[in-house]
Amino acid sequence: MKFLHDIGKYFLMIKISFSKSCKREIIYKQVFKEINDLVLDSIQIVSILSFFIGGVVSIQMALSLENPLLSKTLIGYATRESVILEFAPTFISIIMAGKVGSYITSSIGTMRVTEQIDALEVMGINSLNYLVFPKIIAMLLYPFVITISMFLGIVGGLLAISLTGVPSEAYIQGIQMDFDSYHVTYSYIKTLVFAFVLATVPSYHGYYMKGGALDVGKASTKSFYWTSIIIIILNYIITQLLLA
Amino acid sequence: MIEVNNIFKSFDSSEVLKEIDTIFYRGKTNLIIGQSGSGKTVLLKCLLGLYEFDTGEIIYDGVSSKNMSNDEKLEISRQMGMVFQGSALFDSMNVLENVRFPLDMLTKIKEDEKNSRAMKFIERVNLKDAVNKLPSELSGGMQKRVAIARAIVLNPKYLFCDEPNSGLDPKTAIVIDQLIQEITKEYNITTVINSHDMNSVIEIGENIVFLKEGYKIWQGTNKEILKSKNREVEDFVYSSELLKKLRS
Repeated sequence: MKFLHDIGKYFLMIKISFSKSCKREIIYKQVFKEINDLVLDSIQIVSILSFFIGGVVSIQMALSLENPLLSKTLIGYATRESVILEFAPTFISIIMAGKVGSYITSSIGTMRVTEQIDALEVMGINSLNYLVFPKIIAMLLYPFVITISMFLGIVGGLLAISLTGVPSEAYIQGIQMDFDSYHVTYSYIKTLVFAFVLATVPSYHGYYMKGGALDVGKASTKSFYWTSIIIIILNYIITQLLLA
Repeated sequence: MIEVNNIFKSFDSSEVLKEIDTIFYRGKTNLIIGQSGSGKTVLLKCLLGLYEFDTGEIIYDGVSSKNMSNDEKLEISRQMGMVFQGSALFDSMNVLENVRFPLDMLTKIKEDEKNSRAMKFIERVNLKDAVNKLPSELSGGMQKRVAIARAIVLNPKYLFCDEPNSGLDPKTAIVIDQLIQEITKEYNITTVINSHDMNSVIEIGENIVFLKEGYKIWQGTNKEILKSKNREVEDFVYSSELLKKLRS
């Protein structure tokens, strides 16, 4: 029953965060702050992870395709497909559940513990609109982060493969082979859904947390747990609907 | 003036407030006192509209809480200022931004006017030299003064303070108490303070409501409370050995 109650409360939170809007200039200011905190501050870690994991994926592909009858272009092709379809949108989103999700839960949770949210409510301000709505809007730029991840994953693969002795021309030819733009569309659809989850699920855990400073840490862990699970389940559902 | 008529409030099966009838006067420092768990914070949150009570009504200067629409509730809440126990200042904003925040959010006045109005209240609480400091750079007493400035920047009709001098040394606590009392008189506000500090009771208690286990046990002034023959009030007021000795 508590699970159903939480789901209902989560959707009510989303509804309230879109209603009774604060002044436009205040929301603009908050959105730019959130873009900086949630999106721009994530680019560095996403770039490093994507570059090296792209390299690892291509080396593993090269190892699996040692058979001389198989074309080396398959390395580039398989790396591209892995990065675009799964690694960039899903794997990076799980990592973001840890980075961005923990940040959101702990910052809102601390505001709850220190009565800052009560202060907003007493002033007659819709605290959910002020705190959660700008995060949702800022995360609309999350596909930009995933685009960087896709690009650097493929570039990382190219650099790694050139060190293994496989001609880079074959890799470049492979990444252009049988390109289906629908796979990119599918990937961006997933990314936008995950962006919404990344902004709202950690906000829910922070906003409705109870207790003291120690509970902020517990709420962040719980938020990571649930955000990851929801992303994985939605990943399956979206894939089933769009690719199966 | 705030009139509280027969308020009951319960959480699940436990009744926290029972038959509360009282009046909080305009231009006076009204104190709600009692031991921890007596229902002080719940009563304060009911007055603030943060908690819905089960039965009864609260009348804010003739406007009853009964059948109040959401817009009316919002209107009343915008006439309220609150000083929280932990100050509840916004960590990422400096003193000026914290005090200016209600003006930014709720008014349409020009930037210059917002700044001058915020500065007027910052000067009123003697924090002119700390305008650019972040809350983390301020002492507990200074944080409380910023919270008071923020609470009164919109010229509220009602000021609520939840244990405004908790965590402060006795001297700073008295400074905060006196500041609240001065502001109450100066702006003719209905101030309600939640406290269990006897110094505050004696210093600024012009109208004291004593709660015990959810009931209002006694009401009177700071002069009357010291002479009260009510056993529960006596137990609370003279709880320390030192005060007992001084009395005898």
